Amino acid sequence: MSRIGIFICWCGENIARNVDVERAAAEVADLPGVVCSVAYKYMCSDPGQSLMRQKIVSERLTGVVVASCSPHMHLRTFRKAAAMAGLNPYLVEMANIREHCSWVHHDRQQATTKAVELIRMSVAKVRANAALQPISIPITRRALVIGGGVAGIQAALDIADSGREVVLVEREPSIGGKMAGLSETFPTLDCSQCILTPRMVDVGQHPNIRLYTYSEVEGVEGYVGNFKVTVRKKARYVDMDACTGCGQCWNACPSKKNLSEFDYQMGNRTAIYVPFPQAVPARPVIDRDACLHFLKGKCGICAKKCAANAVKFDDQDEVITEEVGAIVVATGFKLYSIDRDQASSKLAGYGEYGYGQYPDVVDALQFERIVSASGPTGGEIRRPSDGQQPKSVVFISCVGSRDNAKGISYCSKICCMYTAKHTMLYKHKVHDGQAHVFYMDIRSGGKNYDEFVRRAIEQDGAHYHRGRVSKITQENGKLIVRGVDTLVGEPLTIEADLVVLASAMQPAGGATELAQKLNVGYDEFGFLSESHPKLRPVETNAAGVFVCGACQGPKDIPESVAQASAAAGKVLVMFSNEQLSREPEVARINETNCAACFACVRACPYNAIERAEVRDRKGQLVKRTARVNPGLCMGCGTCVAICPSKSADLEGFTEQQVYAMVESLV
Amino acid sequence: MSGNSHATESDVFSEANVAACYQCGKCSAGCPMAEHMDLLPNQLVRLVQMGRFDRAMRAEAIWKCVSCVTCSTRCPKSVDCAAVLDLLRQAAFEQGKVPPSRRRTLLFQQAFLDNIRRNGRVCELELIGVFKTKAFAKDWDLLKLMEDAPLAPKLMRRRKFHFRGERVKDRGLVKRIFDRCNSIKLDLATSENS
Repeated sequence: MSRIGIFICWCGENIARNVDVERAAAEVADLPGVVCSVAYKYMCSDPGQSLMRQKIVSERLTGVVVASCSPHMHLRTFRKAAAMAGLNPYLVEMANIREHCSWVHHDRQQATTKAVELIRMSVAKVRANAALQPISIPITRRALVIGGGVAGIQAALDIADSGREVVLVEREPSIGGKMAGLSETFPTLDCSQCILTPRMVDVGQHPNIRLYTYSEVEGVEGYVGNFKVTVRKKARYVDMDACTGCGQCWNACPSKKNLSEFDYQMGNRTAIYVPFPQAVPARPVIDRDACLHFLKGKCGICAKKCAANAVKFDDQDEVITEEVGAIVVATGFKLYSIDRDQASSKLAGYGEYGYGQYPDVVDALQFERIVSASGPTGGEIRRPSDGQQPKSVVFISCVGSRDNAKGISYCSKICCMYTAKHTMLYKHKVHDGQAHVFYMDIRSGGKNYDEFVRRAIEQDGAHYHRGRVSKITQENGKLIVRGVDTLVGEPLTIEADLVVLASAMQPAGGATELAQKLNVGYDEFGFLSESHPKLRPVETNAAGVFVCGACQGPKDIPESVAQASAAAGKVLVMFSNEQLSREPEVARINETNCAACFACVRACPYNAIERAEVRDRKGQLVKRTARVNPGLCMGCGTCVAICPSKSADLEGFTEQQVYAMVESLV
Repeated sequence: MSGNSHATESDVFSEANVAACYQCGKCSAGCPMAEHMDLLPNQLVRLVQMGRFDRAMRAEAIWKCVSCVTCSTRCPKSVDCAAVLDLLRQAAFEQGKVPPSRRRTLLFQQAFLDNIRRNGRVCELELIGVFKTKAFAKDWDLLKLMEDAPLAPKLMRRRKFHFRGERVKDRGLVKRIFDRCNSIKLDLATSENS
């Protein structure tokens, strides 16, 4: 026999204005099984909760309906209160008479009638509720971090420093990411490599970090707390343990004219190479496509020069399986390419800016290398075409960003700041040069950011013109930039020696494929989706998978680092328990009825249902059945809808409960 | 469609996506005529956004536009800036707001359209003859009448000038296009929104 208590909330004026709560309380008091029905001004307040706790005890309630706001808001509050009074928390239901009723209706009579109906449905449901217990799942307290840029490095170090093991996977031969290639950073102009490389060394030497560089995540199986990850270590052709990183091999390599990825195709490297001097690990890798041994079957000079016998031409890809409990995705970004790869990314190119056609039109990351002391010009600002020092440089903001016609509507956030930085770095090296910037808005929100931009304009004399550039042409070795200054209302043509495009930030290549492997959502631009934009910024909808850095949205270094530490914090919160506790509202298969058609296995969006076998004591196969892994199930109910034999059901939302709710209305 | 259909300004300009403009100025940056304009294309779009049609219609700039459509082609927000100027020209003409200094521009455009209406495509000799005669009848300026004459041999060498124009076969279709355009009247508010 159920003894149900109903607690109706005024929510101050929010509900009481349009719903006659006292009348509603009186009307539902007679429903079968209801033993008490009260209204109170704020049910979520401390006195409101204690009223509920008292009634649970004094009326010996077996079920509670709280008619108030959305369960998203306060279901946990009321369940906790019920548990404190000794009632199983899953015997508490909420009727949403605020968002679904008082906020959207104005006729008080009709709204009250609707509120009564909503409460009646919840009473019907709670009568059929079962006392559920939270699910406990064992967890592997090791983490996987995907991506070894500044975000991945930070997350890995934070987790490792707390004493947990970390597997860090980076697809390039060295960690460091985009930040390792930057010259200086805003708004302090401190050297990027100087602040990053100590962290990289920490990662390389940390006893709790297992570093896989030149490796990619191939597959992810399992669920929160219990992931099985396969990592492909690409053949490096160098024995990492034997190699001492002495450099004899790359100094002797005869294949010298290969475009350097690290210098964004503006410098050269050998076929056996380390991407940059401070690389971690400081071990070379052989580029098969450039190596004379692989191309022509002869050479092998590196192997002869190597005193440690570390060159292994017969090296093979290696596939490794790692077991981890949590995954941090930090795959970072790439720049919008105005002429290349546009077909695959469904973006329109910028033919009018001539990138790829004019060598002196470069993007921002290329300019970083031009300015960098470790770059192809040794830190002297020289343009790519003829090595001359440019006396007039035009910087163009929002190339790709905020350009719906090209396919990207968002603001890339960091370009205003690095463009200001670029004009400063340029002026500090070319004193008689002039920097021009074409911009639409200057977005410099952040600590000391706007001051920095003003410094570029007021002290370093950058000419800022408000307006977009329409076209860039080339005449007599000069780039003719046709722009406008909308503040004076005149078109403006500038003859430039070098043009730097502040191209839009896009998620790094392969991010969406990885997201699919991890069951993480992503937006139309490929940025990974966080669970809640405000309150769950590093969690994803896949339990146990966290995001940080530019793979989640355009970000600068401080923000990436902060988000990485936040993600690490969330991982460590998870690891603070030996077992994971989960909400028990998951699907369950009635294995006696299951016809083993496995329609649910195919339909499940979380891969939470597996094919199982029921065997008797002798080990004889009795039947095949579908079985839900409660660790993976998100309780979406797709299996319930698709099951032809009605064997799937959702705990806390059983078909019996749903039908009872419908019946209460008719 | 029967009778005249009246399009309001919000209809016609929303079709050109005017609300999307965020004033980046790329239209003005690429406009080959911008340096001869009193108001730049982006400023004209801004006036339309503000509902100040009268100010926009009286701008000389709308008569300097050569309809190359570079502005619309490169617009990052897909605003049809060329169409905005077209609409402004049409409205200015219908409301008699063409500045006196642009009288010859208007005469040329009328002569051009008449020419198309008759032939379906332009016949250069006929066009220039009609235009020059009409202009001369207004201003009796002999110098202006003859000033372009030296261009003729150059144009002929480049095959841009034909004595005998060609006509399209289906001139009924041309007529129907013109009738359809004539049936649409613009209804731009004449008063300034302050």
